Amino acid sequence: MIIAERKPINEIMDMVKDAKRILVLGCRGCVTICSAGGEREVEILASLIRLGKQKAGQEVSTIEATLVRQCDKEYIDSIDQWDGQYDAIISMACGVGVNFIANLRPMAKVYPGVNTSSFGGSAEQGVWSEQCAGCGNCILHLTGGLCPVARCAKSLMNGPCGGSVGGRCEIHKDVPCIWQSIHDKLVRIDNAEGLAAIAPIRDWSTAGHGGPRKIARNDLTV
Amino acid sequence: MSFTPNIQAFCCHYTSQQTLAEGPEGLLADGFPKSVTIHRVACTGKLEVSTLLKAFEDGADGVYVAGCPLDKCHNLMGSQRAAKRVAAIKKALTELGVEPERIEMYHLERGFHPAFVKAAQEMDERITTLGPSPFQGGAK
Ligand code: SF4
Ligand code: SF4
Repeated sequence: MIIAERKPINEIMDMVKDAKRILVLGCRGCVTICSAGGEREVEILASLIRLGKQKAGQEVSTIEATLVRQCDKEYIDSIDQWDGQYDAIISMACGVGVNFIANLRPMAKVYPGVNTSSFGGSAEQGVWSEQCAGCGNCILHLTGGLCPVARCAKSLMNGPCGGSVGGRCEIHKDVPCIWQSIHDKLVRIDNAEGLAAIAPIRDWSTAGHGGPRKIARNDLTV
Repeated sequence: MSFTPNIQAFCCHYTSQQTLAEGPEGLLADGFPKSVTIHRVACTGKLEVSTLLKAFEDGADGVYVAGCPLDKCHNLMGSQRAAKRVAAIKKALTELGVEPERIEMYHLERGFHPAFVKAAQEMDERITTLGPSPFQGGAK
C-alpha cells in the first residue's frame, strides 16, 4: 500500500489561513489502512483545524467526508455535492488524490493533509516500512524477492557495497543491508549461482527518469 | 480576576469506582475540586482522540485521563493506549502553539485512593496557573 503520515497541524493551518469553510476529505484506500487519512483521521484533523481557528479568533466551518478512493474520476465527481460550500479542500489521501482533485477540478484550492512516503507494508502494528520503489522494471526474480532498488540505500544492482558490516547497512545500525539479506536468501533457496553474474548498467527510464510514467491498456480502454 | 477553570476528566470504571461510590458530597469533602467534571468510561483504551479534542472544542481549559497503572490495566493495554493518545494530543497542542500541559494522563490504582483526588487537585492548580484556554469561542 501507499504509506503516508499526517502533516504537522501548524503546516496545515498555514495552508488554510484564508479559508473559512474547509472540506476535510479522507480516502478509504491505503491511507485508511496506514491510519493517516481515513475517517477517524478526518475527524481528528477537522477538530484540530477548528481548534486552531478558534485560537486565532477566526470563524471556521468544516465538512468531514471520506471517499472510497481519490484516485478515480468517478469518486472525485462526488465532491460536487459540496459545491459552493467550501473555500478549500484538505485532501488526506496520498499525493495521487491531491493531484486528481487538482486535475479534475481546476478551480478548487486543494492542499495536502499528509506527507506521502513510500510503497510499503506493516510488519508490526504502528510501523510501516518501504518495500518497493515502483521502478517500472521489476527484478525481484533475481534477488530472492527482496528489492535492492527500494531497500538498499544506494539502490545498488551489484551489492553489497563495502559498507555492509554484520548484515547492517552503513547508513545506520538499525537498517539491515538488503544485499546481505539477498545473498542469504539466495543461498538458502539454493539459487546463489546467479549472484556471480554482473548486472548491467540499468536503464532507469522506467523509474521516472524518462518523465512521468503512464500505462495504457488497449484491452481496457474504451 | 479570579478564574475557575473548566476541567474535563475521563476516568475508567476501575480508577473512579469507589471514589464515586462516595457521591459528589463525599468527593468534595475529600477535597476534590469543583472545577473538575468526571466522565466515566468503561476503559480509557476506548477513548478516541476526537473525544478528547471535542472537550477542548466545547470549552475545556484542561483535560485529563485517569486509567489503570501501566502494567496493571484491568483490560491489559487500555491505559497504555490512552497514554499514547494523550501524548499524540500533547504533540498536536504544541504544534498549535498551546501548552501541552493542558492535557495529562494519570495512571492510578483502582478503587479508593487519595491519588484520585490528588490528580484532580494537581490539574486544578496547573490549569488555574495557565489561565483560560487559548481556544476561544467554546461553549463556556
Ligand atoms: S525492483 Fe522495482 S518494481 Fe520490483 S520491488 Fe524493487 S522497486 Fe519495486
Ligand atoms: S550496506 Fe548494503 S544496503 Fe547499505 S548501501 Fe551498502 S549494499 Fe546497500
